[in-house]
Amino acid sequence: MSEIIAENIAAVPSAPPVETRAKRLRNFWSDFRESWVAVGALTVIAVLLFLSFGAPLVSPQDPYDMAMLDWLDAFLRPGTEGSGGYTHLLGTDNAGRDMLSAIFYGLRTSFVIGLSAGACALLVGIVVGLTAAYFGGRIEALLMRIVDLQLSMPAILLALVLVAMLGQGIGQIILALVVAQYAYFARTTHGAAKVERGKDYIEAARSTPLPTHRVLFKHLLPNVLPPLIVVATVQVASAIALEATLSFLGVGLPLTEPSLGSLISNGFKYIHSDRYWLSIYPGLALMVTVVAINLVGDQVRKVLDPRNSR
Amino acid sequence: MLSYFITRIAQAIVVVFAMSVIVFVGVFAIGNPIDVMIDPGATQAIREKLIAQYGLDQPLVVQYWTFLRNVFAGDLGTSMVYNIPVVDLVFSRFPATLELVAVSVLIAVGVGIPAGLWAGYRPDSFGAKLVMALSVLGFSVPTFWIGMLLIMGFAVELGWLPSGGRGDEATFLGVSSSLFTLDGWSHVIMPAINLSLFKMGLMIRLTRAGMVEAMGTDYVKFARAQGLPDRQIVFSHILRNISIPIVTVLGLELGSTLAFAVVTESVFNWPGVGKLIIDSILQLDRPVMVSYLIMVVILFVLINLVVDLVYARLDPRVRLKGGA
Repeated sequence: MSEIIAENIAAVPSAPPVETRAKRLRNFWSDFRESWVAVGALTVIAVLLFLSFGAPLVSPQDPYDMAMLDWLDAFLRPGTEGSGGYTHLLGTDNAGRDMLSAIFYGLRTSFVIGLSAGACALLVGIVVGLTAAYFGGRIEALLMRIVDLQLSMPAILLALVLVAMLGQGIGQIILALVVAQYAYFARTTHGAAKVERGKDYIEAARSTPLPTHRVLFKHLLPNVLPPLIVVATVQVASAIALEATLSFLGVGLPLTEPSLGSLISNGFKYIHSDRYWLSIYPGLALMVTVVAINLVGDQVRKVLDPRNSR
Repeated sequence: MLSYFITRIAQAIVVVFAMSVIVFVGVFAIGNPIDVMIDPGATQAIREKLIAQYGLDQPLVVQYWTFLRNVFAGDLGTSMVYNIPVVDLVFSRFPATLELVAVSVLIAVGVGIPAGLWAGYRPDSFGAKLVMALSVLGFSVPTFWIGMLLIMGFAVELGWLPSGGRGDEATFLGVSSSLFTLDGWSHVIMPAINLSLFKMGLMIRLTRAGMVEAMGTDYVKFARAQGLPDRQIVFSHILRNISIPIVTVLGLELGSTLAFAVVTESVFNWPGVGKLIIDSILQLDRPVMVSYLIMVVILFVLINLVVDLVYARLDPRVRLKGGA
């Protein structure tokens, strides 16, 4: 009972949410829509998501079902008809895989890795950042020193070493990416939370008998979310690019667990033999994905920027 | 002031030690290097002799202690693959990386700053928008993919440039470098461009932001009122004022350029330190991995330390806060 009352008291000065959630969302969308580039990029992402997660439905072949592969189909040029009786629009690779199907499946792996690494890094970063900002003192000094040190090192180097230590596999790559990327979220959360913590509504919430975690997650967190959303978009794109780089360097995923990076890495071996389609098309898919996510992130940042008065 | 310096230096030493433990334990966990280097048909006796020779039968703590003692004696161990001291190995590879990094920084500065100045001078022109779009590409498109496109275009299709490796070296004033030969330049130019793109994007954005800000300031207005030509205002007034943050960032980026060299060197088969670390990871060459990683940690801790100390010298508030 006392908690309900406390919640109501704390809710009164709770910052500026005069607008309802739906209205804020509508405002956000109408601002976002102003850039046709961003809307186009968002559409591209939606299509790519559909194609990748619907890969078993839309692709002409399951490229990782060995029974369906025919060695006679190896290195077919784009647009050639294979033994399966359909046209390989983007050609086939050295094992007779249909490149189009391989790209859809590879995109799915890349998305799974990028999204889960981004989400986990976000969670870890929020916890670290909020803890540091809320408790202050020695905890803050220690946590933020670690974060700063990590931020000064390039993520690619950190991820490379971690994957080398953890071994190959999707789980290991995600773990390595989370360790390499959480610091960005922690830094952002910490900065924003420091500002919010000094405001009256947090002071008011703290003076009530609400448990600490409730103040942190119900009152503080919603107000530090906007900058985090921006970081999250950029980090998902960079996770996808990082994974591709690791796989390209030979420490990421093997070709039996396809990602765009391992496809490109495989194609790179045939770069001198005029079989450009093995590496060009997965590379294009990677580039389009990463650039589209970054463009959307750019626009989200513009819209959420508080200096951008409406 | 002095106490702040001492605290920071002590912190840095603690960090290096902690990282050396983490690196050592982590590399230890990767696997037994003997399995990779030894002939699978070797007898158990040979195997055990090799393991004992490298001290791999000792407990982890003992191995770490031996390692530390050797490091202080200037001995980073012997590469298991090349069978020469790691120090010699790294130093023999270092000039190649240095060449690559130097040329790429030159390109990034030589192209990035003029482009950024232009983009800030005429922010609404088509050229400026094109420059900014390209800088976004430089930021977001993975390095290795651009490198591959360069090889496909200029080496495979056009046949203008070699697709990889380092060119002939020549000695000039006692320094041996591939930058003294035409062949060397034809080899270095593609990887250097590849490595420079990220920094170029950064330079463009920084310069443009500084330029846009400076264009609205009083000193530019007064210079205009004096009747100075724009060319002179931009190059002798604005550029001087915005060069401080650019130089700072360039210095900070040096470390990450070394890291990105790992990717570029692998794509272009450039025989530098980056290629060495990738090869040693793939071949489980433990001493090389450990030494490289600890050197990198020391480099980054040093960069951080210098930046902090310089800022503390310049800004008294940092010192008074006690460096939290």
